[in-house]
Amino acid sequence: MQTKLAVSLIGFRAAICVFVGFSILVAPNAAGLAQISPSQTVSTTSPSGSLTRASAPVPIQVDKINELVRKSWADFNLSPSSSESDSKWVRRLYVDLLGRIPSPAEQREFANDEAKDKRVALVRRLLHDDRYTLDYARNWTTIWTNLLIGRTGGTANNSLVSREGMQKYLRDSFARNKPYHTMVHDLITATGSTKPGTENFNGAANYLADKVNEENATLATSSVSKLFLGLQIQCTQCHNHPFNDWKQDKYWEFNAFFRQTRALRRFVRGTNDIANAELIDQDYAGESNNPEKADLFYELRNGLVKVAYPVFVDGTKVDPSGYVQDVNRRQELSKLILGSKFFDQAAINRMWGHFFGYGFTKPIDDLGSHNVPSNAELLSFLADEFRKVDYDQKQVIEWLVLSEAYQLSSKANPGNQLDDPTLGEAPKFSHYYIRPFAAEELYESLLLLTRGSSEESNYQTTEEQKSAWLQQFSTEFGTDEGDESIDFSGTIAQVLMMFNGEMVRAATRAGGGGVLQQIIQDPKADIRVKIERMFDATLARNPSKKEATAFLQLVQTSGSPVEGLEDIWWALLNSNEFIFNH
Amino acid sequence: MFFTTPSGMSRRHFMSHMLGASAMVGASMAMNHSLASAAATLRANNKRCILMWMGGGPSTIDIWDLKPGAATGGPFKPIRTTGDLEICEHMPLTAQVMDRLSIIRNMSTREADHDRGRYYMHTGYVPNPNVQHPSYGSVVAHELAEYRKDLEIPPFVSIGGGSEGPGFLGMSWAPFNVDSNGRIRDLEMSVNEARLQRRLASLQMLETSFISENRGAAAAEHAKVLDKTLQLMTSQQMSAFNVAQEPTAVSERYGQTNFGRSCLLARRLVEANVPFVEVNLGGWDNHDNIFPTLRDQRLPELDKGMSALVQDLTERGLWQDTVVLWMGEFGRTPRINGNTGRDHWARCWSVVAGGGGIKGGIAVGKTNEDGTQVDGPSYSSEDLMASICQAMGISLSTTFQSSNGRPMKIANGGKLIKELFS
Repeated sequence: MQTKLAVSLIGFRAAICVFVGFSILVAPNAAGLAQISPSQTVSTTSPSGSLTRASAPVPIQVDKINELVRKSWADFNLSPSSSESDSKWVRRLYVDLLGRIPSPAEQREFANDEAKDKRVALVRRLLHDDRYTLDYARNWTTIWTNLLIGRTGGTANNSLVSREGMQKYLRDSFARNKPYHTMVHDLITATGSTKPGTENFNGAANYLADKVNEENATLATSSVSKLFLGLQIQCTQCHNHPFNDWKQDKYWEFNAFFRQTRALRRFVRGTNDIANAELIDQDYAGESNNPEKADLFYELRNGLVKVAYPVFVDGTKVDPSGYVQDVNRRQELSKLILGSKFFDQAAINRMWGHFFGYGFTKPIDDLGSHNVPSNAELLSFLADEFRKVDYDQKQVIEWLVLSEAYQLSSKANPGNQLDDPTLGEAPKFSHYYIRPFAAEELYESLLLLTRGSSEESNYQTTEEQKSAWLQQFSTEFGTDEGDESIDFSGTIAQVLMMFNGEMVRAATRAGGGGVLQQIIQDPKADIRVKIERMFDATLARNPSKKEATAFLQLVQTSGSPVEGLEDIWWALLNSNEFIFNH
Repeated sequence: MFFTTPSGMSRRHFMSHMLGASAMVGASMAMNHSLASAAATLRANNKRCILMWMGGGPSTIDIWDLKPGAATGGPFKPIRTTGDLEICEHMPLTAQVMDRLSIIRNMSTREADHDRGRYYMHTGYVPNPNVQHPSYGSVVAHELAEYRKDLEIPPFVSIGGGSEGPGFLGMSWAPFNVDSNGRIRDLEMSVNEARLQRRLASLQMLETSFISENRGAAAAEHAKVLDKTLQLMTSQQMSAFNVAQEPTAVSERYGQTNFGRSCLLARRLVEANVPFVEVNLGGWDNHDNIFPTLRDQRLPELDKGMSALVQDLTERGLWQDTVVLWMGEFGRTPRINGNTGRDHWARCWSVVAGGGGIKGGIAVGKTNEDGTQVDGPSYSSEDLMASICQAMGISLSTTFQSSNGRPMKIANGGKLIKELFS
């Protein structure tokens, strides 16, 4: 690794010597970090949406997280990285919370805040100020749309899923901060039409609309158990699991909960085109045609056929009647899921994974007994607290992003170099782990720079354009289970898009009306200041002295200053530092 | 305006500015490279491989291993071929080239889930949460890299998607995905040479500074992919993707279908010395109404493209160097279900292989009378992968080191399918 870097540095020096006469060591960033303590007062939002300072202490959960994370540092003899600078931390927070980088105006607002508790105030502003409701809802809608129906769900002709309907449901839920358990209950038990504007519309129905008709609802079985319980039972469809305690009967007993559910196709009048789907529950007669005790059959690998009725993963049996008026199996399932400890843990594990790059288990949606969590005490503490606050997701977010670990720099030091999950080590969170932007995060960030502000234009149009842009990176496998992958992070296709694609071209045009134009046209700023602002807007830091000198010379030797600044802007957008969250 | 070098720029000039990044790619290859093959002396290896991936799990009982007269047999009849075996009547063109292809009829695997089956058949390993294994294309590209020093385009091309990734070998061995028209988006920068150089010099400065900050290996991986992209943007070899250059007579022969164009593009790429090309034909997950779907849609498209590819490779003298493999994630149930479809079935099914010195015209192994069991010994994904590596001239004693330091045998230590090499 060291040799590799040395070699490449020499190469780079050779390349830039054209316009760099000398080099000076980079001045270390002034840390100047305010420590967050429970006693501090913070700002909250008044009902009108304007910001006022109010005394609201940092939640006690933050202390407990810090204690448990520090304990694992001590256990593994790790010294944590230093705290991240304010401006870079703000960039990180915006990306994780709102799915985009901050605008220059938003950065200034934070920089100009002189209060000691300004990190706390910012977190609460992004979570509770009306200005950010749309942004917040859009980001979490994107994340959950991908989890529930995938990046290609509802994009094919004749799909039973309405992507718009799914997103409408999620957007409303996140905008109102609907409690997590209510949301999951809606998704598991939904009935109604998938498409906005149709009779009996219920956007939540889109989650299961394409997962119940084919192959006896095996997709619904694996998705629900994985997403909401963190249990990977799909492998036990055909055989007992080799390395966890799942048996084949568990799979089919779970599957039995979906046997009353169908998605009915509604056609455009006079054609074979699907207009929408309607998710319904209907009486299930069972495979031996006895609705009082409605069964299903499955085959063992040795050819033996066995029978199954609805039984939850913890062994709780449900009345086997197939009549919906006796027992609505999805309603029963939802109750059992919401009562399970796996439910709380799966949610927390995913949430932690979102903000810290890794969850407590790998993969994140496998909490089976064979897969021991890396910090079980912390996971179970947070899971319990989540239940205690009635599944208020914004509260959990606040605990996580105000914790000490989230303030840390992504720069490793000699004392925590080994804390590297890419080497197969369990994460200890002694520094922030860098990760490439998700496709949607990069899109939204480029869009912000192109538009010049964080103001939303037409929501639906933007979503459609984003979806069309994403399709170029998405691949569907040729199965009728709708498996898909995204060919994006770290691929040649992504680099080509960033080098030459229309979005970056638009963002790089000095006359395009975006952030670059605002910077270039400011009559009060000289070239040096303009370059500083460009660094700020993209990387949330000042140029090093070396960079400042080199880029200033570059502009001076360009055909025109505008061209030179455009070229620097292009390089900033294409850099690893821009496309990584760090 | 298909492929153009940024105006006024020679490739040599352009690349000299990315020397830094190139050096990094070299160093990392040496570091990652498998123990056994690193010691191998330089010798020629012109082998290539085309994998025809049948996404969804094709019904091999209706295509390659028919059971006429059995209750499970379905309506299709077998026909004679130029090889010592019979295949489905709806594959008449392929029947004419079966002297060069062999059918392995005794595949028996355990993964009957699409994701798991796709992973297992592509890597020789069952999915494992702690290790991502490299797929066929990444393994071959990685192992043959030292014999393809002049190759400027990606060594693993996937046409139409559906492939698996590079796993612990790293993103620089990832498949390069294109559609069947070979179109590559955003290939042109449209700025003059001076500006391009300014951009790249600026980018290098930023890129290096971030890498040097000790924030993890991913930052440097990005620089490697930048370098590969620059190489590709300016390479004359990119014309291999321009499948539209083919005469109409040739494209007619392959069929004016996605699969036909994909096969033709694959031939152009192996001709340009790309070591691994994967072609995807989906739509085999036929739980309903299977027989008309196969007869009228899947099989005519497959038959035309597959037969034309074998014939064209032979006529161009590439057959001895090009391994061709046809497979999906599993086969389909002998039992015909209530919707006149067939479901997932991994217990006994067929794959097809030929070229690159693999013996053609034979059926390896057999299944019982109604196609529900292998009759006699069976082969696995590992065995198939070992056999393909053998044909590609890749040593079976090759061992990789995964990112967590565990040694991994190539093809998971599978045993050779001897019949293909006798």
